This record gives sequence, structure tokens and C-alpha cells, in this order.
Amino acid sequence: MAFQRLAERMPGLRWLTRAASILACIGFWQLASSLHVNLGIVTFRNVPPPTEVVQSAIVLLKSPKLLAHVSSSLWRVFAGYGAAVVIGIAFGFAIGRSRAASDLLLPPLELLRPIPAVAWIPLSILIFPSSELSMIFITFIGALFPIILNTVHGVANIDRRLVASAHSLGGTPAAILREIVLPGAAPSIVTGLAIGMGTSWFCLVTAEMISGQFGIGYYTWEAYTLQNYADIVVGMLVIGLLGMGSSWLLTTLGHYLMPWRHPAVAR
Amino acid sequence: MNIRVSDIAAQTVSRIEVARVSISLGEGVDAFEAIRDLNFAVVPGEFVCIVGPSGCGKSTLLGALAGHLPLTQGQLTVDDQQVLGPSPDRGIVFQQHTLFPWKRVRDNIAFGPKMRGIGKAERRRAAQELLKLVGLEGFELFYPSQLSGGMQQRVEIARVLINQPRVLLMDEPFGALDAQTRSLMQEVLLDIWTKMPTTTVFVTHDIEEALFLADRIIVMSARPGRVIDDIRLPFARPRHGELVTETSSCG
Repeated sequence: MAFQRLAERMPGLRWLTRAASILACIGFWQLASSLHVNLGIVTFRNVPPPTEVVQSAIVLLKSPKLLAHVSSSLWRVFAGYGAAVVIGIAFGFAIGRSRAASDLLLPPLELLRPIPAVAWIPLSILIFPSSELSMIFITFIGALFPIILNTVHGVANIDRRLVASAHSLGGTPAAILREIVLPGAAPSIVTGLAIGMGTSWFCLVTAEMISGQFGIGYYTWEAYTLQNYADIVVGMLVIGLLGMGSSWLLTTLGHYLMPWRHPAVAR
Repeated sequence: MNIRVSDIAAQTVSRIEVARVSISLGEGVDAFEAIRDLNFAVVPGEFVCIVGPSGCGKSTLLGALAGHLPLTQGQLTVDDQQVLGPSPDRGIVFQQHTLFPWKRVRDNIAFGPKMRGIGKAERRRAAQELLKLVGLEGFELFYPSQLSGGMQQRVEIARVLINQPRVLLMDEPFGALDAQTRSLMQEVLLDIWTKMPTTTVFVTHDIEEALFLADRIIVMSARPGRVIDDIRLPFARPRHGELVTETSSCG
């Protein structure tokens, strides 16, 4: 209570508290790893301290390896996720708008949906001629289902009175799809895109750890096998940053595409 | 094409004919007869209010006039043309929340002209005229969610009128508004209607509203809806708010 009242008077105090919280975590990590603390169920014996991680990060930043790893990961996400966006939205529209398409497309998708994308890794290595393609496929599968399902949800839940109004105002079926159904489903589609982006990265990192030769997931796993423990944490941080960046991209895209959701000022 | 209020006023006003109309809704065991053997005609330029208890099928009738619902029996005609589907000739205004949330006020109003393939500058100019007519100048760039309920209904009316409809259908358009805004909107509607007389069918369950607005009140029975009374109102126009208080104190 006392803190709350104090914080209201000094808004800077809240930021100070937040920064202190992060610093405390890093401080604990530094202390636990440099003292090789053993807590019974977890041990910090092999955990690199933050100071070492920073040194490794600087080394990686200066080496050309970083660009090679990050760019091959980004390319795979771009290809797999991109394909999932195109196919997912198209299928979602078809399923949400047409009963025939729904009967034709939905049953096999419903059968495959409960299988986690990561479980596809062995089979996809067998199916695809190159490990590159199989990793892109895993990324694609990971993003596909959330995008399809959210698109279907958005398209099928369009307010029927909006469609009726558009009909009465002279809208043709094609115009209604473009002017009413697409923007009406947009919030749901963007939610699907955001969830899909998360699963996409998750699947990619897993696939790279198993079958990659480049990529940030492979880098992290290689660091483990080569016992460069500080590099493990660097890899984790880079993966986190890439995920954060892509979700920021999607949020920004959402704001840009749906200005009516956050009308800033009246004029 | 350049729409001006003066042009809109020169539109044709239409005659509506409802002949032996029955409508069943629902499927299978849930099916029920909403309207049974409805017969009446609306003369060109008339303002008709349809009143009745909720569930009497008055909104169903309006939906059928708009072309959204198929008839089970009978015939609906506007100027001897059978109603077979929705058309901008028969504009419909619902109770609330049917403005397109992703379009600014200006583009909501200009939707009809856009569907007719009219260019951007042209249709925006027309929308501006309609905004002036409904008293919302200055709000063209707002999104519907930024407007009050009464303002949203003004935009709805403008969006329908820009198509120069032969018939105006209104389904409890002020039902969701507070009492004060509702009586204001009734005056606004009559004002617009005087500037551009359109054959109007207005559904409401508010008798006072019907008395204030209509030339004629059609009273419907509970389900299945039938016409049980057809009253012509003698009140002179233009009408003002006092009429409502006078009639209600008399009654």
C-alpha cells in the first residue's frame, strides 16, 4: 500500500523497480554460476556466468558466422511461414465461406491437426530430398493450422447484418468478400498469424537442432556438443530476439492494416 | 453523376403492394409461421408505421420487403415489380451496429456509389452532401466506433439515402437510443423526409413514435402476424415535439 501510494506520486519509481528486478535476476545468475551453486535438482556447475556470455556474444557479433546462421534461419521462416500464410488464408476463406470446400478440405486437416508439428520431423526428412526443404516444411506445418483455423473462425463469424446491409446497398458477392468479409475477418486472421509465427520459430529451432547445418537453432545445439557453454546462452538470446522482432513486425502490420481498431484521435 | 439534395428530391416515389403474404421461418421442427396472409398497400410518398407486440413478424415483413427473406406465399411488389432480392432501390436501416466498422463515416456513406462504380472524388462529394443533410458535417473522417448512437443512426440514414431509394425501410432505427436522443432523431428524420419525401415503412413498438411520425399506422397481431387495425392519422405537418406530449396527455 505504501509503495503504491509512493509510486503514484513518482512514476519513475515503477521503472526503477522493473529495472531493479531484471538486475537482481542477472545478479543471481552471476553469483550462482561463478560460485557453482548446486541446489539439488538444478545445478549451476556448468552454467556460464553473464560476463562470459557477453564476451561470447561480442565474439559472435564480430564473426561472419552470425550473419550466415541468422540469415539461413530467417530464410527458412520466410519460406515456410510465407507459404503457410498464403495457403492458410486461402484455405481458411474457402472453408469459412463454402460448405462444399469445408466438407472437402476440413476432414483431412482435422485428422492431421492433433499431431504436433515437431512429430513431423522424421517423416519429413524421409519425404524431402534435402534437409533444407524438410526444415522449411516443418516451419510451414507449424504455422499452417493456427492460421487456417483463425481465418475460418473470422470468416465464419462475420456479422450477418453487415453482409445483409452490404447486399441492400448494391454490393455484389465479390465486392462483399473484399469490402466486408476480408476486413471483418482481419482481426482474427492477424491473431492466427501471430500464433503461427510463434509456433513457426519453435518448430524451426527444433528442426535445425536435429537436421541443420546452419541456422541459429543448429548454432545453439552445436555449442552444446562442442561444450561452448556460453554460446548456448548467446544462441538462446538471439532466438529470443528474432522471435521478439517478428512479433513486433506483426503487431505493427496489424496496427497499419486495421486503423479502425485503434482510432487515435478524433481527427 | 453528381448527386445533390435537389436531385435526390426529384426521385420517383413508389407504391408498395403486399398481397396475401405469408412467411414461415426456421427449419424442420423449429419452423413457425411468422406472418399469415398479410394484405395492404402503401401509396407513393406515404409514411407508414407498423406497430405490434414483439415477435409479431413486423421485422420479418421488413426483411422480406428488403429482399432478405423469401416469401412462403403471396407477392410483394414495388411499382408493380416483384421483390426478388436486395436492391439499393429499397434502402433498409437497422436498429444498430450495421455501419462497417473499418470504414470512415465518409466511406460508409459512399459505399453505395462505390458499388455502382462511381469514382472516388465524385462519391466523396456526394457523401459530403448527405452528411450535410443529416447534420454531421465535420465528422467525415471518424470511424463509427467514435460516434454516439444517435450519430451512428444519422450515418445509417445517409448511407441509405445516397442511393436515392424508391422505398425507405426502417427497422426500429431509434430503438437503442435514449429517450432524449430518440425524440431528437424523430424530428431529424421528419426534417429529412420533408426535404426528400420517400415512401417509408417504419417498424416500431413505440406507439408514441408511430403517432409522431406516421401518416398511417398498421397494427399487427401477435404471432402469426396479421393486420388487425389500419389507422390514418389526421395530424398536420410539419410536426414538432409538442405533438407527442399533447397526444399522450389526451390518451
